[in-house]
Amino acid sequence: MTLRRVEEPLRVEPVETSPGGGFETLAALAPQPAKRRRARTALWAVALGAALVASVVAAVTIGPAGLAPSDVVASVLAHLGIGESTLSPLRDGIVWELRMPRVLTAAAVGAGLALCGAVMQALTRNPLADPYLLGLSSGASVGAVIVIVLGVGLLLPLAAFAGALAALVATIALAGAAGRGSGGPGGGLSPTRTVLAGLAVSSMFGAVTSLVIFWSATGDSYREILNWLLGSLAGTDWVSVAIAGGALVAIGIPLIASARTLDAFAFGDAAASALGVHVGRSRVLLLGGTALLTGALVAVSGSIGFVGLILPHGVRLLVGSRHRALLPLSALAGALFLVWADTAARTLFDPRELPVGIITALIGGPVFAVLLMRRRVS
Amino acid sequence: MTDGLDLSRVRFSRTGRLIVDDVDVTVPAGALGALLGPNGAGKSTLLHLIAGIERADAGALAFAGSDLAALRRRDRARRIALAEQETHDAPELRVHEVVALGRTPHLGPWSGLGERDHAVVAESLAVLGLEPLAMREYATLSGGERQRVNLARALAQEPELLLLDEPTNHLDVRAQLTSLELLRTLAASGRTVLAALHDLGLAAAYADHVIVLDGGRVVASGVPADVLEPRLIREVWGVEAEVLAHPSTGRPLIAYSGVAAPHAVEGALDVRR
Repeated sequence: MTLRRVEEPLRVEPVETSPGGGFETLAALAPQPAKRRRARTALWAVALGAALVASVVAAVTIGPAGLAPSDVVASVLAHLGIGESTLSPLRDGIVWELRMPRVLTAAAVGAGLALCGAVMQALTRNPLADPYLLGLSSGASVGAVIVIVLGVGLLLPLAAFAGALAALVATIALAGAAGRGSGGPGGGLSPTRTVLAGLAVSSMFGAVTSLVIFWSATGDSYREILNWLLGSLAGTDWVSVAIAGGALVAIGIPLIASARTLDAFAFGDAAASALGVHVGRSRVLLLGGTALLTGALVAVSGSIGFVGLILPHGVRLLVGSRHRALLPLSALAGALFLVWADTAARTLFDPRELPVGIITALIGGPVFAVLLMRRRVS
Repeated sequence: MTDGLDLSRVRFSRTGRLIVDDVDVTVPAGALGALLGPNGAGKSTLLHLIAGIERADAGALAFAGSDLAALRRRDRARRIALAEQETHDAPELRVHEVVALGRTPHLGPWSGLGERDHAVVAESLAVLGLEPLAMREYATLSGGERQRVNLARALAQEPELLLLDEPTNHLDVRAQLTSLELLRTLAASGRTVLAALHDLGLAAAYADHVIVLDGGRVVASGVPADVLEPRLIREVWGVEAEVLAHPSTGRPLIAYSGVAAPHAVEGALDVRR
């Protein structure tokens, strides 16, 4: 049964007349706005993708050693088996063994965190959701630190995932318990309660991380503690790239494929269900996916905050809230953002390094404040 | 079994409280049914059960001869749409994007909106006179405008059975009548429509079939002229009313005269069914 069949009798007069006549011409070309948006999304994707590639090359050149972009390209091509590297072994090592893995890890971690943030915001219908703010990153850090102390490094991403999942369950359970009996829209999982519960959970897991490092360390443990709590990409290598990049591909693609399901949550669980979505199953699978991805990312970088908050909101301003556009563009923007944030972290106070989480928090804190005021979350 | 909606002995309880109690409802295909009853009578819950948002504890729900419980969720969403009451927190979507959500059950995970989907969205917007608002942010709309967008989203699902929860909330008189005339047109084209309504006058003027719920039970059902009589109105809603015949349409016209005295409501309990 189609609407077409009944087109004629369905015509009813507009209930209200439009205030501005200008919109009528737009409306006459009804599918047009959707097409224009699609073109705009594609344009942004190409622009962000190109900026990301250029930024990766540029970021590798930045720092002592005076490398040129052409050196980076030559070294990469040589290692991929195309042509000969003209660089000295030392300079080639700086490109291929030190900086390239670090920049690529930053890109993968940034992309993954932004993706997780966007997915969590849709599923919890909470604009303030982010893997860091809801405690997932702290939980993952605990898992990671414990297996490192126990010396079973192979289990690292798995333990981080278990920690992230435990923190997620704790946050949601706490927010739900705190909200029990209070009616109103959103029921127990109101944005404010969820963020408060996330704060409690992440403080506790953060303390556990610090205790485990302090208890196990022989020398100066403070730097190590800082790196886990604030996040740092220092010392990342090709194994880090494989872990973060592998998780990004393996989990990010199914998350992006769920864009339509996430859209359907826009009007709440009942509306999603009426649109044919398995609400409970989708939420468990997708939140589980974000916990898994967060675990893998935190295992290589510690808890870098606010990436999942800043980028999705920024991208929404560019292309709107439909997840088919929002998710891939957030991932690209997150990669771009963290590549530059990490470059700043390792060069601003050269030769000393700042944990990159300090930079993301400096930018993310004000964004959080603006969101809080704009939404008048109460 | 009919061509339309057929509920038999449907029962549903939540946290130990019986909300829908042994409900039988029949709405023939091509009819506009009105679900009436005071606040808390179970109207919204019953709509949720039919839409598959909640699962009935017992009883049979059938539409056009097929068992709704056996349908896959997505298949059900292609045949049954629910336009809910206007929601409190609005998503950051434009009006045409909200209406396009109605295409969700018709699309796979990777497929975008096709030409036909765009045509259905455009038509749903047109039917509700929403073209001028197509590019507006949903969050900036008035309650009445949101109500119409929600209905357009339900129409974009191309349902055979359209369920509506208080579709006339927030609407001015003209918009209320326009909405009900649209529902009657949809029903006349062969769809089955069931709307929960608060306004007995609107139900009397437009519905082919009314079902009165009270405390989760069906207390009366049938054509408006048979069902909406003073005693039932007093027993169920606790108000005194006279029911006249509309001078030009002949349909029931409800003239309220005040809140019923408490004893009149209590004493009526045993004659309800």
